[in-house]
Amino acid sequence: MKVLVAVKRVIDYNVKARVKSDGTGVDLAGVKMSMNPFDEIAVEEAVRLKEAGVVAEVVVASIGVPACQESLRTAMALGADRGILVETSHALEPLHVAKLLKALADKEQPQLVFLGKQAIDDDAGQTGQMLAALLRRPQATFASKVVVGGDGVEVTREVDGGLETLALKLPAVVTVDLRLNSPRYATLPNIMKAKKKPLETIAASTLGVDLAPRTQVLKVSEPRQRAGGVKVGDVATLIARLKSEAKVL
Amino acid sequence: MAILILAEHEHGAIKGATRAAVTAATQIGGEVHLLVAGHCCDGAAQEAAAIAGVAKVLVADAAAYVHPLAESLAELVAALARDYSHVLAGATSVGKNVMPRVAALLDVAQISDITEVIAPDTFVRPIYAGNAMATVKALDAIKVLTVRGAAFDAAGSGGAATLVPVPARPASETSRFVGQALTVSERPELTAARMVVSGGRGMGSSENFHLLDRLADKLGAAVGASRAAVDAGYAPNDCQVGQTGKIVAPQLYVAVGISGAIQHLAGMKDSRVIVAINKDPEAPIFGVADYGLVADLFQAVPELTGAL
Repeated sequence: MKVLVAVKRVIDYNVKARVKSDGTGVDLAGVKMSMNPFDEIAVEEAVRLKEAGVVAEVVVASIGVPACQESLRTAMALGADRGILVETSHALEPLHVAKLLKALADKEQPQLVFLGKQAIDDDAGQTGQMLAALLRRPQATFASKVVVGGDGVEVTREVDGGLETLALKLPAVVTVDLRLNSPRYATLPNIMKAKKKPLETIAASTLGVDLAPRTQVLKVSEPRQRAGGVKVGDVATLIARLKSEAKVL
Repeated sequence: MAILILAEHEHGAIKGATRAAVTAATQIGGEVHLLVAGHCCDGAAQEAAAIAGVAKVLVADAAAYVHPLAESLAELVAALARDYSHVLAGATSVGKNVMPRVAALLDVAQISDITEVIAPDTFVRPIYAGNAMATVKALDAIKVLTVRGAAFDAAGSGGAATLVPVPARPASETSRFVGQALTVSERPELTAARMVVSGGRGMGSSENFHLLDRLADKLGAAVGASRAAVDAGYAPNDCQVGQTGKIVAPQLYVAVGISGAIQHLAGMKDSRVIVAINKDPEAPIFGVADYGLVADLFQAVPELTGAL
């Protein structure tokens, strides 16, 4: 069985995003970039399935500028077998990414596609669901447990009230949540080995996907800042101020 | 121009997130229709019809909708959506699961988790864990949106919408509901609670977390947790407040033993009043707290509970 994992290069999750003063976006110049944390979990899950003998090949794909190769090399150092970069300098929305991934899935015919449940930059949480719709395949989002068996996959999902388990027929699309696994660290020998793994580059323009914008970002601004608060000396003062000043008790 | 909202319901009651979506729809302007899909969902349909501002309730009653499976629901919503300018749902686990699938079936973009309506085609939404707000204009003919419940008031009752049955679509053959394990709680629902008491890694153990239960019971509050507390096994997953958990905006948020990582702040910084109890005076949570108490939580929390 083949698994396709989609990974995105995003601002490192520890970096606090700074809004550009002209309101056109977030300043990414000189900012540390990393693989989206959810995607790292998706790669780890695919590699674990390979180690368990369930999966034969793990293909990792990223879409964007040439620097996305770094994320693909990281994924290969974690155990993915080969990488595909769909190269484009277009500003991409989740629908575009889903369509480009569909073109890859049509070509590669994976039984499972793993994606992170959301990217920590746009926080859209759409791509996996859109890909499943375009492929007309079943989906399991926010996965915290994945069990592959026979011609199906059983996925436990994190939902608002607790957990829910679904059985999907393969091929299927799964988006992963934080608690699915703890990704391993890439060791130096594996990083060296990853440099020799195959990395194919495909121009997005050859995949026949219309990348015309569907949304337009008019401006990006700072969120409302909270006024600085006060520190109180003891519990009694805290209660008194919550009652008299904040009027919440 | 009419607006379709995918309603969420449980045990015959419409969820708060759906009522918030109705308020957002009212701000967009146009006739508001609710879609209630379920099995034997008369009660929910009646309650939906009584929501102020709703003109029509479409009822899809079929065994296919006994569980909110994305494959079945998305087909139903997409089939109805052609007659609407906007299709909305709350940004809940159901809305986030189903709506992008609907958008792709319609070949349109989705705008996720809107917090403000600027114009019928222009919305504000948070990006980068709430560290920036994007004003986004949708260019497609049908606007698919999910609505952040904490950002809009819940629509009240007093409406008298007409009920219109709609035919079910064939059930999904590729996905099947196996089971669920829901967290049982007597407390208010986290995203709708007027007060939230949250614990972090500083709680030390799941036994200690019960200190917060007693405080929450005194206040009539819901209990939340930081990711660190959930990962350490002190609290269940569905309690998690933050970028990757639930977004809350209660009247009072009490953060106990929570340092205040940006991912946690993304889930609670729109609360009206924030109280932080932490023994580290340098903890970033004090940067957003209206009232900070630098103290050992194991003394301060019981004292607070006792004094209320």
